[in-house]
Amino acid sequence: MKHLDFDVVVVGGGHAGTEAAHAAARMGVRTALVTLRKADIGTMSCNPAIGGLGKGHLVREIDAMDGVMGRVSDRAGIQFRLLNRRKGPAVQGPRAQQDRALYRSAMLAATEAQPLLSIVEGETVDFIEKSGKVSGVLLADGTEISAREVILTTGTFLRGTIHIGDVSYAGGRMGDKPSIRLAERMDNFELPKGRLKTGTPPRLSGRTINWDILESQPGDSEPTLFSFLSKEPEARQISCGITHTNEKTHEIIADNLDKSAMYGGHIDGVGPRYCPSIEDKVVRFADKTSHLIFLEPESLSNDTIYPNGISTSLPENVQKEYVQSISGLEQAEIVQPGYAIEYDFIDPRALTLELRLKSIDGLFLAGQINGTTGYEEAAAQGLVAGLNAARAVLEQEPVLFSRAESYIGVMIDDLVTRGVSEPYRMFTSRAEFRLSLRADNADQRLTPLAVSLGCVSEERKKLFYNKAKALESAKNLLDSCAFTPAELRAANVNVNQDGSRRTAFQLLSYPDVSLDTLLPLDPTLKSITPTIAKQLERDALYVNYIERQQREVDAMKRDEKQHIPVSFDYSALDGLSNELKLKLSRSQPQNLAQAAGIDGMTPAAIALLLAKLRQARRSKGA
Amino acid sequence: MSTIFAQASALGKAGVSVVRISGPSAFDAARKLAGSLPLARQTALRVLRDAKGEILDEALVLCFEEKASFTGEQTVELQTHGSIAVVRAVLAELGKHEGLRVAEPGEFTRRALANGRLDLAQVEGLADLISSETEAQRQQALRLFSGGLGELATSWRESLIRASALLTVTIDFADEDVPVDVKPEVLDLVSGVQTGMKQQLLGFGAAERVRMGFEVAILGAPNVGKSTLLNALAGRDAAITSEIAGTTRDVIEVRMELAGLPVTLLDTAGLRETDDVVEKIGVSRALERASAADLRVYLVEAGDQDSFEPSAEDLIVAAKADLLAEGSAGVSGLTGSGISELVARISEALLNKTARAGLATRERHKSAMERCLSALESAVDMVGRGDEFSDLAAEELREALAALNSLIGRVDVENVLDEVFSSFCLGK
Ligand SMILES: Cc1cc2nc3c(=O)[nH]c(=O)nc-3n(C[C@H](O)[C@H](O)[C@H](O)COP(=O)(O)OP(=O)(O)OC[C@H]3O[C@@H](n4cnc5c(N)ncnc54)[C@H](O)[C@@H]3O)c2cc1C
Repeated sequence: MKHLDFDVVVVGGGHAGTEAAHAAARMGVRTALVTLRKADIGTMSCNPAIGGLGKGHLVREIDAMDGVMGRVSDRAGIQFRLLNRRKGPAVQGPRAQQDRALYRSAMLAATEAQPLLSIVEGETVDFIEKSGKVSGVLLADGTEISAREVILTTGTFLRGTIHIGDVSYAGGRMGDKPSIRLAERMDNFELPKGRLKTGTPPRLSGRTINWDILESQPGDSEPTLFSFLSKEPEARQISCGITHTNEKTHEIIADNLDKSAMYGGHIDGVGPRYCPSIEDKVVRFADKTSHLIFLEPESLSNDTIYPNGISTSLPENVQKEYVQSISGLEQAEIVQPGYAIEYDFIDPRALTLELRLKSIDGLFLAGQINGTTGYEEAAAQGLVAGLNAARAVLEQEPVLFSRAESYIGVMIDDLVTRGVSEPYRMFTSRAEFRLSLRADNADQRLTPLAVSLGCVSEERKKLFYNKAKALESAKNLLDSCAFTPAELRAANVNVNQDGSRRTAFQLLSYPDVSLDTLLPLDPTLKSITPTIAKQLERDALYVNYIERQQREVDAMKRDEKQHIPVSFDYSALDGLSNELKLKLSRSQPQNLAQAAGIDGMTPAAIALLLAKLRQARRSKGA
Repeated sequence: MSTIFAQASALGKAGVSVVRISGPSAFDAARKLAGSLPLARQTALRVLRDAKGEILDEALVLCFEEKASFTGEQTVELQTHGSIAVVRAVLAELGKHEGLRVAEPGEFTRRALANGRLDLAQVEGLADLISSETEAQRQQALRLFSGGLGELATSWRESLIRASALLTVTIDFADEDVPVDVKPEVLDLVSGVQTGMKQQLLGFGAAERVRMGFEVAILGAPNVGKSTLLNALAGRDAAITSEIAGTTRDVIEVRMELAGLPVTLLDTAGLRETDDVVEKIGVSRALERASAADLRVYLVEAGDQDSFEPSAEDLIVAAKADLLAEGSAGVSGLTGSGISELVARISEALLNKTARAGLATRERHKSAMERCLSALESAVDMVGRGDEFSDLAAEELREALAALNSLIGRVDVENVLDEVFSSFCLGK
């Protein structure tokens, strides 16, 4: 029997697991990534794309912490598009179509190159427990791996069931067995759990599609990349095709609804409302006669097409029939049928803000196992769990991400404070401070934290400080240049002729003023480079809003600093209703900001809680 | 840090009322009202004036410097005359100052805590604050949502959620197959809310508030003597009283002053089972109105079966004391016996309430609506500038919703997403 010894063991080589293992290794602890097969690393179970609205923000934030997802996506990207390009910069999201094969090889290469990180192939079937603490895992082949902290990221593999029409069988995803022994082992922990489902469309053979009659969508002419380190795409860039369902398609689907796994009553799990199957679309929006489909190439090296918009759990023959009713797809062949998958997830309210299980020492959970969906959501959780597992090994304080500073913080807080009722996906509207949490300033928000944690490469550190310095001196310059209304009028900038001088920075907050407009007024402004100028124009655009939000941000940060001990006795809080007491003791908030997020809390109730915390601390100090 | 203000003392006509202002611009704000301020910790009599120079009241002014006040911040206390009208006028004037806002419940205490100014006894006191806050909110909500404002608030809520959802669709689902031009519907929804809210605000004038005051409902079986009692209390013939059971079909209101508090007495239809359609409506209207009132007085006669469930603080009084044995407790509208005792009991109960809940909650609503309106105005502006500004329009709507939190209940992103997913076909 083999025996291995590490500081941190990560189970599952998906998006959460890979990012977790990298984060722990960057922190300088010996890390093992245990997964069924090496080929799992960088595998995309569904849509071959990274980023999008809200999700692109997460990738930028992962990158700002020196994570891998952004860098790898830039290498494997075959079509880059900045979504919402014509809207405010706060809601723009970078997205890139990925070459599956390139993504996988780039991710594997990055993982093999990461010092202190070892890949171990095998199925995890059990945990090693020592005096009530999880301290390693046991593999199916008998290998024992001991570790100080364990991170579980098994995605949809816990009791996964695949459904195609009325056929269903156990599977972690197409072509993979589920983790049955591990699921049973998890049952012993008696964690609160539930069941969710998701689906994927059939894959088509590109050769059999009539591209000539279809509209095509190219990428941006100036691609926006994910990583602050990347300069330009490496892979050849491609276009996607666009087609639509029609009334005939809808008729075929409606006639066969009873054969759909979802409508035939074979599935109980709750699916995501923002990612409905084509059956759902036809039933719920019966008056729509057509739905959009993007035909996305999955790779430069093969011919598989991902038809985005028609995920399904109808039987294979019906899938074929409805696909071929669509314009351009009349002869299309299905190379892999669409399917739905149902799986167990753990109620994330069982976790702390570090993603550590409250009831089991030594075990973290990250990724889809926590009720989320999406690669980016999974990777961002992996980052948080990986950093914190390493911090625990190093006997350092946890790293917590604030809602006021990152989408990562928004997601973790949403998950652990409110739980999920459907697979959780990031949207920009979930971030109340979205005007300041922009994709373009993710580095300014997070890289200093990453530097202080020690998980950043020298290259990034240098790049970041150079940029920060350039931003600071440009900002000083903009604040020190001021112009009178008359001077401005000469440069075609119209402001109130009130005689008061306005600084260049103030002027940039006007919707129709950019740095270019001001250049004729003061030649020293020419020293500001275009990238720096763009960032400062964005800061200026939102400055008034951000100031207004500052009170909320300050209050939240102040509350985040008020830690609530795990042992805190809510039943002794005179004046709180029993209902609130129950909610509080059930969710065990870690700090006052989290408590304030609990449904039904009032300002005065929070004041009472604060008072009692102070009192407890004082009497302990005395 | 903003500067906050609120009435810090219990309400009621007798005695003095204290208005507290705390925060960095407390002295400035007070100076605008009082002209000049006395030295810290010394009192001085000052005439308070509004921006136009009209006299509001004469008040004792007391200033505390930072680190030497209840909250630990710069603080001014204005001791005005105890009249509700005066206090309202002063609060309304303060609300007009830039950077000042009405304190949230518990906010003074919270600031005191944050600045390390509270001792243990005061901490204990917080518990009472909470229970009174919740009780006040419950009653407030009940009154709000059973009356006309309730329907309005519900429709505002729906409109603003829908408007946010429309903007969210264009922002978070821009890459999908959704209708692009949401502008007309958003503007329509927002302007509906603006109109309704402006009308409500007009009704919030100080005089109006005093006129409305508290509601006290008189309940009991038909012919138990409710109307006679009302007439005796009001000192004039307000409700028609006749010997035929069920005369008072509608709810009759009589405004009066009890112990310095403005009170509206509600004379309700007699509570009894009936087949008469009109009377049935009267009875149910009576019950509805009465349950939203601040206080209920049940008149009972020996032998009445209990067709109602009074709450702990409601008053139960024996009716027609003139027909009872000499010396037994009760009231008689006819002879006037027991009336002054009843008045004392009613006013005690109401004073208790003012001490706990306070009309300030209404002041909060007013300032919430004002904040909301100003955010909506900016939202309209941003929507008008086109898609490029939808992030700012959405931010203004978020601000508007946050302002209305106390009025329509918290709206969070889940409510907005519910609306998004139920009305648009999303997802590729
Ligand atoms: C059919 C399907 C459709 C989807 N549709 C969408 C969609 O439309 N939109 C969207 O955003 N997301 C979708 N997803 C979700 C997306 O793929 C996941 O959210 C994301 O991959 C989750 O990452 P993860 O790291 O948590 O888990 P995964 O990427 O699933 O990785 C889990 C890893 O754990 C390994 N593993 C499992 N058990 C063991 C064990 N016992 N021992 C060792 N290793 C183990 C597996 O081999 C696997 O590599 C879909 C997923 C599936 C399967």
